[in-house]
Amino acid sequence: MNDILARLRLERPGFTLDVDLQLPGHGVSALFGPSGCGKTTCLRALAGLERAPQGRVVVHGEVWQDEARGQWLPPHRRALGYVFQEASLFDHLSVRGNIEYGLRRLPPARRRVPVEQAVELLGLTALLARRPATLSGGERQRVAIARALAASPALLLMDEPLAALDAARKAELLPYLDRLQRQLDIPMVYVSHSPDEVARLAHHLVLLRAGQVVASGPTLALMARLDLPLAQGDAAACVVLAEVASHDAAACLTTVRFSGGEMHLVSTQARAPGERLRLRVQARDVSLTLARQEGTSILNILPARVLQLREDGPGQAMVALDAGGTALLARVTQRSAQALALMPGMPVFAQVKGVALLD
Amino acid sequence: MPFSPDDWAAIRLTLELAATTTVLLLLLCTPLAWWLAHTRSRWRGPVGAVVALPLVLPPTVIGFYLLVTMGPNGPIGHLTQSLGLGRLPFTFPGLVVGSLVYSLPFAVQPLQRAFEALGTRPLEAAATLGAGPLDRFFTVALPLARPGFITAAVLAFAHTVGEFGVVLMLGGNIPGVTRVVSVQIYDHVEAMEYAQAHWLAGGMVAFSFIVLMALHWLQPRSKPL
Repeated sequence: MNDILARLRLERPGFTLDVDLQLPGHGVSALFGPSGCGKTTCLRALAGLERAPQGRVVVHGEVWQDEARGQWLPPHRRALGYVFQEASLFDHLSVRGNIEYGLRRLPPARRRVPVEQAVELLGLTALLARRPATLSGGERQRVAIARALAASPALLLMDEPLAALDAARKAELLPYLDRLQRQLDIPMVYVSHSPDEVARLAHHLVLLRAGQVVASGPTLALMARLDLPLAQGDAAACVVLAEVASHDAAACLTTVRFSGGEMHLVSTQARAPGERLRLRVQARDVSLTLARQEGTSILNILPARVLQLREDGPGQAMVALDAGGTALLARVTQRSAQALALMPGMPVFAQVKGVALLD
Repeated sequence: MPFSPDDWAAIRLTLELAATTTVLLLLLCTPLAWWLAHTRSRWRGPVGAVVALPLVLPPTVIGFYLLVTMGPNGPIGHLTQSLGLGRLPFTFPGLVVGSLVYSLPFAVQPLQRAFEALGTRPLEAAATLGAGPLDRFFTVALPLARPGFITAAVLAFAHTVGEFGVVLMLGGNIPGVTRVVSVQIYDHVEAMEYAQAHWLAGGMVAFSFIVLMALHWLQPRSKPL
C-alpha cells in the first residue's frame, strides 16, 4: 500500500483531464508535457485545490478522495506540501514565520521534519529574520520549499518550482532539490516541461498530452523509447546509472563502471570508488561504427546492439541501443544509417563523445 | 475661547457618531466585501450597485427614504417599535443607521479591492499548510489586506464626519443628540455668527487635510505582492 493512486477526471472549457495515475510511494515522479497538457490541473486535483467530480485519490493507503463513497478531504486536512510556481510566501510574516506556519498547525505526534533540518537543507539559516519582500527569486522559492517540508507532508507536490527563475537561479536551486529527495523519504510529484530537470530528478515519469497519459514508467526506460517525444529531436538524451571505478588525479579523469562496460569522464573532483553517479549521454554525442575504431581520440567506445531505428526530422535518424542492459540513444544522419545498413539486432560500437554528470 | 459649549457638544457628538459608524461598518463590510470579491453569483452585480448607490444619490434622498422607512408607518419603524426600541428618527441610534448607509461604499469598496488584489493564491498556500477556512482568513487574508482596512476606516470616518444632508433629514437639529458639527456650522451661518462658523469650518478643513495626509503616510510604499 505504499503507492499513490489517483483517478481524476475534470472537464474544463475546451479541455478534459482524464488520468489514472499509479505512482511509486518513494522517490520523485515527474508529470511531464507541453504547457496546457493538464500537468498543473492534475497536481491541483491531487492536492484538492480542484475537485474532480468522480475522483479517487489514495496516498499510502490513506483515502483523500473517493467520490463513489462520498469521501472528500479538503486540502487543509491532507498531509501534503505544495510548492507553487511563484513562491507565494506570506509577505506579512518573516522567513521563520513562513516556515513555521504549517508546522504550527500540525499535531506534535505528526511532526517528522524538524524545522532546523528544513532550514539547513535549503540553506536558509542566515535568512530567518528577513521579510519575503527582501529575498531574491531563488531564495523565495527555497523558503517556499522549506515551508512545505516543515509541514511534514506524506506527499510533496511541486508545480514547476524552477520555471519562474532564470538559468543561474535554477542551477542554484537544483542541488537543493537533489539533496532533499536523497535525505528525506518523502515521495514527490514534480511538474515540469524541462527534459533536463526530469532527467536529473525523476525516477518515475508520466508523460501527459491534452489531458491524457501518453506513457508512464521508469524515467530511464521512457527517455529511450523512440515513440515518445523525449527521445526525439536534438535534445534527446539517456541517463546512465554508474559507479566510480577509479580516479586518475593527474589526468583529471574518472573511470566509471556500468552495465554496458566502462566510461571515462573529465573531472577535477576526486571521487571514492563505489560512489554512485547519474550520467547523461546526449543522443547527438553518440556515433556508431561497425568495427571498433583504432587510433581515435574518442575515449568511450562501447559495444552495443541496435534495438530500433526511427526517422527523426529531415535527414536524421534516432537509433535506440542496448549496451549490456543500459539504454543509449544515437542520433545519426539517415545517409549514415543506410550506409551502415543499421537494422534491429545488429551489433555496433557506440562512440560516446561527451558524458555529463547529473549529480 | 473660539468654541462655545454648544460647539464642543457638536464636536464630541460628531466624533462619537463617526467612531461608532466606522467600527460597525468594518464589522459589517468585511463579510460583504469578501463575498463581493469572491462570489461568482449573478447577484454580485446588483448587490455591488446597491452598495455604490450612496455615492451618487443626493444625501437628502437617502435621508428621506430612511426617514420614511424608520418612521412610525415604515417597515423598520414597525420592527423597532414591536421590539420595544421606539422610533429611530431624531435619535442618536437613528443617526448611526443613517451614517452606516451613507458611508457604506467608502468602507466596502477599499476592502473589496484589497481582497481582490490578494487573489486566491495565498489562501491556497495556507490551505495546503493545514489552515482551515477561518484560520486562513484571520492569519493570512486579514493581515495581507491591512492597507485596505486602513483606507476603509479612514474614509468611512472622514466621510461620516462630513455628513450633512442625511443628518438634517433624519436627525434634525437637537443639541447634544443629533446636532453634529456640519449642522452647527449651518446654524452659525444662519445666525450670522461668521467668526464661530469660521472656527468650526476651518477645523473641518484642517481635519480632512490631516486625515488624507495620514492615509498617504500610513500606506506602505510598495504594493504587497
